[in-house]
Amino acid sequence: MKDPKPVSSAQQRFTFTRRNFFVGGVQAAFGLLLSGRMAYIAVAENDKYTLKAENNRVSLTLIPPRRGWFIDRYGKPIATNRADFRVDLIPDRIVDQSGTVATLRKLLNLSDDDVERINRELKQARGFQPVQVADGLDYDSYARVSVRLPELPGVSPRQGFSRFYPSGPAVGHLLGYVGVVSAEEYQESKNPLLITPGFKVGKDGLEKAFEQNLQGTAGAKRVEVTARGKIVRELATRPDTPGKPLRLTIDVDLHNYAARRLGRESGAVVVIDCLTGDILTMASMPSFDPNSFSDGIGVTEYKWLQQNRRIPLLNKALQGLYPPGSTLKPMVAIALLDLGIDPAETIFCNGGYTLGNRRFQCLGRHGTTNMADAIKVSCNTYFYTMGRRVGYDAIAPVARQLGLGQEYDLPFISQRYGTVPDSAWIKKKYSKNWSQADTLNATIGQGYVLTNPLQLALMSARIASGRMLTPAIVAAKRPVAAALPYAAEHLALVRDGMDRVVNAGGGTGVASRLPLDGITMAGKTGTAQVRGLGKGGGDAWKYRDHGLFVCFAPVNDPRYAAAVVIEHGVGGARAAAPVAKDVLTFLYDREKAMATLQTLESAWGGTPEERMARELSEYQISIGTTSQKTSDNDA
Amino acid sequence: MNSVIPAPIAGLPWRIMLILTAMSIFGASVLYSAAGGNFDPWAGKHLMRFFVFLAMALILSRLPMDFWKAITFPVYGAVLILLITVEVTGFVSGGSQRWINIGFMNLQPSELMKPAIILAVAWFFDRLPPSKISTMDALWPPVLLLSLPAGLVLIQPDLGTSLAIIFGAVVVAFLAGLPMRWFVGAGAAMVALIPLAYFFGLEEYQQRRVLTFLDPEADPLGAGYHVNQSAIAIGSGGFFGKGFLKGTQSHLDYLPEGHTDFVFATMAEEWGMIGGLALLFGFFLIFKWGLNVAVNSQTRYGQLVAAGMTCTIFFYAAINLMMVMGMAPVVGIPLPFMSHGGSSMLTVMICVGIIMSIERHPGTRLGQFG
Repeated sequence: MKDPKPVSSAQQRFTFTRRNFFVGGVQAAFGLLLSGRMAYIAVAENDKYTLKAENNRVSLTLIPPRRGWFIDRYGKPIATNRADFRVDLIPDRIVDQSGTVATLRKLLNLSDDDVERINRELKQARGFQPVQVADGLDYDSYARVSVRLPELPGVSPRQGFSRFYPSGPAVGHLLGYVGVVSAEEYQESKNPLLITPGFKVGKDGLEKAFEQNLQGTAGAKRVEVTARGKIVRELATRPDTPGKPLRLTIDVDLHNYAARRLGRESGAVVVIDCLTGDILTMASMPSFDPNSFSDGIGVTEYKWLQQNRRIPLLNKALQGLYPPGSTLKPMVAIALLDLGIDPAETIFCNGGYTLGNRRFQCLGRHGTTNMADAIKVSCNTYFYTMGRRVGYDAIAPVARQLGLGQEYDLPFISQRYGTVPDSAWIKKKYSKNWSQADTLNATIGQGYVLTNPLQLALMSARIASGRMLTPAIVAAKRPVAAALPYAAEHLALVRDGMDRVVNAGGGTGVASRLPLDGITMAGKTGTAQVRGLGKGGGDAWKYRDHGLFVCFAPVNDPRYAAAVVIEHGVGGARAAAPVAKDVLTFLYDREKAMATLQTLESAWGGTPEERMARELSEYQISIGTTSQKTSDNDA
Repeated sequence: MNSVIPAPIAGLPWRIMLILTAMSIFGASVLYSAAGGNFDPWAGKHLMRFFVFLAMALILSRLPMDFWKAITFPVYGAVLILLITVEVTGFVSGGSQRWINIGFMNLQPSELMKPAIILAVAWFFDRLPPSKISTMDALWPPVLLLSLPAGLVLIQPDLGTSLAIIFGAVVVAFLAGLPMRWFVGAGAAMVALIPLAYFFGLEEYQQRRVLTFLDPEADPLGAGYHVNQSAIAIGSGGFFGKGFLKGTQSHLDYLPEGHTDFVFATMAEEWGMIGGLALLFGFFLIFKWGLNVAVNSQTRYGQLVAAGMTCTIFFYAAINLMMVMGMAPVVGIPLPFMSHGGSSMLTVMICVGIIMSIERHPGTRLGQFG
């Protein structure tokens, strides 16, 4: 607009019109710009913002799925879910931790142990991970906490389900337990379900192995909320899909009976179905109560379990390894027959066997003994002699064939498989040669031979059925197992020897004959040395010999096979065989078996639960719960 | 024309009245929805005010051009005194205060300054001989007229209104024909001064708003909350909207200020892009009308005032929409005819009334001797 001459009014009008037009153009440009911007937000990015609006509007609370049940072979529940009330703490929202915990302690009558655990878990918890204060609460406790919520930020009471094991400690080792997801596990998957209060995963045993089957699908509660968090209305709630029940081969009544029958002893009972290989019972005692583990176990209780010399945290049926002792003799007899030894051939037992300048003891002076007698009276001398004649390298394959030292594809995280030694094994392991003494020891189930109770039961089942049964814990239809590669008359001969152990005069197990009409049990006792031969009795508990017993019944048509191991039970006939007798009796006559058990339990001081509770409280008193100093246990 | 309609009624500016009424009814319906389907507390008042102010505007439209010229400086002076009064009262009471209670309503003098400054600057350029338009004589009086009220409003502090006042004056000066190089130079100087103004001229909360504008998602729960929620409301509305009374962002209180500054987002959530385009089209018609009135006016004063008033309304609408759509920092500027609020509607309707008056009194060309 640079103009040397004075500007006229008309020129100004012209300038105005032009500039007015320009202003109108700028306005139109803004109009287009705003339309474009709006189109971009509302149309191009519509999906993104629709989602954001929904995220604003809808607040989603996950409903933890109910865990699938464990049921036994007859459909009876082994692990279920119990409706209960629970109280959790959300660490992020707590204002005054010690005050809140103190108030909760008063309201819920928490023990020192609980408070300790809560404080420990609060210290370890990430901000988003709820810490359980208590579950399995009754309505009154729940209501007491609920009314005081306004003054207790971070406290979250709710209704839910918790895992319940009706059999308590009896199924501790079998099923394992469930627990809150650890911070590490959450970090791996970031699945928000994992940190939903009340959600638990399997931490051990079958609970852990079948986590995927049991978990189910979470439900979701959807509510419309305002910006200030006020709930406007409930939207459609998707219910949870409970996990599928898992049917086990276990007969839970028999299993519970076996666990209780073990009494104050430390040991295991395994019962196998001779037709299928199904594991009917796999009891290991003493045990822990999976209910208290699943509730978040207290420090004291955990420490008590850890310190107990009977190792309640060890599943003895699968993880306990024992020298099988004389329970191996029927197996050795099969090997001898297979190698051509005449069962009628006799050996003279004068109370032992001399190898070089070393004397190998027999437990008696059995005189002239053939194979069947040797099994009946458990004559070491016979087996020393015969074993030495054929050599252990010829016996070991039969031991393996019958299941010893073998690994089984069972869904348990931790199993130990034991040892069936031979000359190649000793060369590899200890770089030395197999000696005659090793043969003698191995022949009577001592020395390097180690088995777990499941393998012993399986050996018994294979001898009884004559089939290559494989053990199974999950119920399923399976093909009939192939026959063992041994002559039927050899197996019959050995089974007859086992029959005479229990049912013939002079047998080592006659005291444990079944108290039933028409049904008899065949078996074999075993006593496994813990320390030097002949010091089995007396002495401190932990130096006593293990008592073992393998058996099957009925003799004429074997249906059930079992193995019983009693740690430091002194002798198989004395400690293990009576347990086997009562367990097999239970299969045929429950009332009779229960009557026996009740008499025994009244002498022992109650059921395992009752005894555990009493021992725990004694322990708590002995260490003084009120002033306990506990280090951080990785419970 | 032989019409049955009496001349006074037929002579009313029906077209623009209809456009304004339609927009205000649309605004009222959005406010009705924002209140959860109630005329209380916003929609009813909004409509009532509109019709009162529309009547006022029609009365203003009857006043002749000479009247406006005559009251220009008395009004300017009075509003300036009010601004000083507000400042002093605020200083005495120890807080920032922008309004005076005059019994029946709270009056914001800074709002009244928007039309007043346009009248004053237009009056000046009307009197300025055309030959002086490129001289310093054309520059310092409007700058003086402008800087006093703008400065007073700025220290209230009310950046938005202050900018609106400056914008009105600058537009009038531009249309009056001040040399283009001055505007280009001033524009360049402003760009250079922006960093200085940012660091020394803005309050901390204003600085934060600017930062938030540049990156709204950096702090979605804090400073960026308004803009983010607004974008969510507009974006989730899509092309056709969620439907009347079905907006969730507004009804569940996620969208703050959904009935005042962010009323457009409330509207867009329920009416979608269709509603947005309709609204923009309404504004387009209003501005086209205002600028046409300016071009058709035969007097220089009428031209400048009509165009200046139109641009003031445009400034409201443009800044508000840009803010709501995340293209400008959050400044408290309402959307004309839509937002709930008495003072701003009064200002806008005063502007409309004056433009109507100019339309009704185009005057005769006075030539350079006017």
